[in-house]
Amino acid sequence: MSLPTDVLSSPTGVDTTAPLARANPSAKLAVALLLSLALVLTTDAVTAGVALGLVLLALPWCGLGPRALWRRGWVLVVAAVPAGLVTALLGVDSGAVLVGSGPLDVTAGSATAGLAVVLRLLAIGLPGVVLLATTDPTDLADSLAQDLHLPHRFVLSALAAMRLFGVLAQEWTALGQARRARGLGDEGLLGRARTAAAQLFALLVLAVRRATVLATAMEARGFGAGTHRTWARPSRVAATDVAVVLGGVAVAVVATAAGVAAGTWELVLAG
Amino acid sequence: MVVTARGWGWRHGTRAAWAVRGLDLDLIDGERVLLLGPSGAGKSTLLRGLAGLLDPETGDEEGGLSLDGVPVRRARSEGVQAGAARTGLLLQDPSAQTVLARCGDDVAFGCENHGVPREQIWPRVQEALDAVDFPYPLDRSTSRLSGGERQRLALAGVLVLRPRLLLLDEPTAMLDPAAADGLRRTVGRVLDETGAGCVLVEHRVSPWLPYVDRVVVLAPGGGVRADGSPAEVFAAHGEALAADGVWVPDHPPARPSRRPREASRTGPRLLTATGLVVARPGARVPAARDVDLGLDAGRCTAVTGPNGAGKSTLALALAGLAAPVGGDLEASAGLAAGAGPRPHRWPARVLAARVGTVFQEPAHQFVAASVAEELAVGPRVTGVDPVTAGRRVDELLERLRLGHLARANPFTLSGGEQRRLSVASVLATRPGLLVLDEPTFGQDARTWAELVALLDELRGEGVGVCAVTHDTELVDALADDVLRLPAATATAV
Repeated sequence: MSLPTDVLSSPTGVDTTAPLARANPSAKLAVALLLSLALVLTTDAVTAGVALGLVLLALPWCGLGPRALWRRGWVLVVAAVPAGLVTALLGVDSGAVLVGSGPLDVTAGSATAGLAVVLRLLAIGLPGVVLLATTDPTDLADSLAQDLHLPHRFVLSALAAMRLFGVLAQEWTALGQARRARGLGDEGLLGRARTAAAQLFALLVLAVRRATVLATAMEARGFGAGTHRTWARPSRVAATDVAVVLGGVAVAVVATAAGVAAGTWELVLAG
Repeated sequence: MVVTARGWGWRHGTRAAWAVRGLDLDLIDGERVLLLGPSGAGKSTLLRGLAGLLDPETGDEEGGLSLDGVPVRRARSEGVQAGAARTGLLLQDPSAQTVLARCGDDVAFGCENHGVPREQIWPRVQEALDAVDFPYPLDRSTSRLSGGERQRLALAGVLVLRPRLLLLDEPTAMLDPAAADGLRRTVGRVLDETGAGCVLVEHRVSPWLPYVDRVVVLAPGGGVRADGSPAEVFAAHGEALAADGVWVPDHPPARPSRRPREASRTGPRLLTATGLVVARPGARVPAARDVDLGLDAGRCTAVTGPNGAGKSTLALALAGLAAPVGGDLEASAGLAAGAGPRPHRWPARVLAARVGTVFQEPAHQFVAASVAEELAVGPRVTGVDPVTAGRRVDELLERLRLGHLARANPFTLSGGEQRRLSVASVLATRPGLLVLDEPTFGQDARTWAELVALLDELRGEGVGVCAVTHDTELVDALADDVLRLPAATATAV
């Protein structure tokens, strides 16, 4: 098992001068949350499909080429397609039987539901992928604290913890090698699970130790001691950022309207 | 910065014993003090106390500790309000002190916390980076820095707050010799230029002596055991300090009597590398290439070279923990004992019985809840019968002075104890080849001497030893052969 080792690297393979990539990180976050909200309210394929289509149309302005997008977003596809297939096979059957018979069949109803699952996962996940791919975490933290006035101690602690994550990924590799060196790891499935659990525990111990040192280093540099903090990097909300958020609102509204017009939109909570 | 301690003591909330107690100490402004004392005498606690970081909610305090007459915690918060810190703390581990992803932002972090106006921050950041000779631009990613560069960056992050007292907690313990030397000179120059004082904690004393003018030795039970100029203190207490593990000038740790490189008998070949190329997992550029190396039974081979030369990656390949990406690595029939010539293809239990690996970070290799169980793991998985295994565990507990800790959790041991356990647990399977990655990193002189004596004994028993190390004294004391890897060459495979 390996984890990404450099979660805090600046965006690579991304045109950071593209209009949406350059937008205020909080604005991008707002758009991603708006679209998620619109798609959490309903489970239908039309709303999700329209939302996904509109997001795809906006991609050229995000500075993310097809290859860069695939490199970051393939996980979404890997998760969405099996989820859709399972829904199509096992979902509530209705309408004409398309394939198979008995409990494992695909009907018009379950196929539609499966398609909807795929489209929803992609439409919810894609804005998140774009946000992460085009946003430097430091800039996001600056914006969350300065523009949205979230508590800076919380935001900066989370940011520092993210940097530790990269270090822990290396530790995980070393822990795995050390276990092999000790003769562990080839005792069959149960033994391997036990070894992995112990490895996870060791990782937690190391993480706590590192976090303690990091907290000491941060406090020694005045973190958490004063009430008045200044910001070396200004984060500002520009008119274009308002436009980005309005664009997100528009996508959510158009997609929902399309669902309502098609008669497929149905409030989940009302179910 | 005037430091005054009057009967000062601190006890961590979870401990029964006081970390520091009954301390009376006066430092004048600009004084440079080397703080010594055995492990557990409370040196690091005193530094954290001076930095104003000991929270009364997490421990008990007695007596007084003040900076320029101001109690330490109030001195810290006043400094934060005023935009300049009174003290600056630099810690041992370079990778655990970096806060932010870009170098400039990381240095600016302290200024932001101290409420320094934005227009003053960036000139101060640049000034601090210049003061430590930092070679990169502000937007350099901190994840691409070497250990020495990270320590420089951390020092800049401290200096940007213009402290009058630097608190240095083994700042060079984890650096290679060149990086450590560079950091020492930088610290010395900064102290000269700013007139600031320092309190330094360090095991390896000699290279720091030109930069300090007073030595204070803490007694383990509390209070000060010795105080004076370096010459006075080492003349009067040198032997006792050496026994406590301090690298005292004129009292070097004991070395094996047999002179290395004159090994009269050399055992059979164990492992042969021919044109070996190794890379870190996922890396496109090899860490080391064209390595030709033979490891023999009963000989000690040291692998040295600058940071980034691929020493650790090579060690992993030699130890069968990572597949080579090119060239050839072949285990002799004697070492393989029927397991085939490619160590990285051996099942883990087969590998553990043949090659023992000691990692740089002892905690990485602990897998059990007690010291005794830790020693029993290897024999059990390699199929040693329980009676023999029990005997080996008892022998190792005895041999590495771990008997009194048999039931302790490995993670709770001190640094030296963890190192001894990490070696002992590997020896429990009686491997024919021992691969060690920086075994003496951050160890005091006593653990160092014990480790060297043990490796010498193992060599005498016919074990092949391969140590990756920056430690020139270890190489001098032990190595029969030395392989020096060149600095990294950035060409793809």
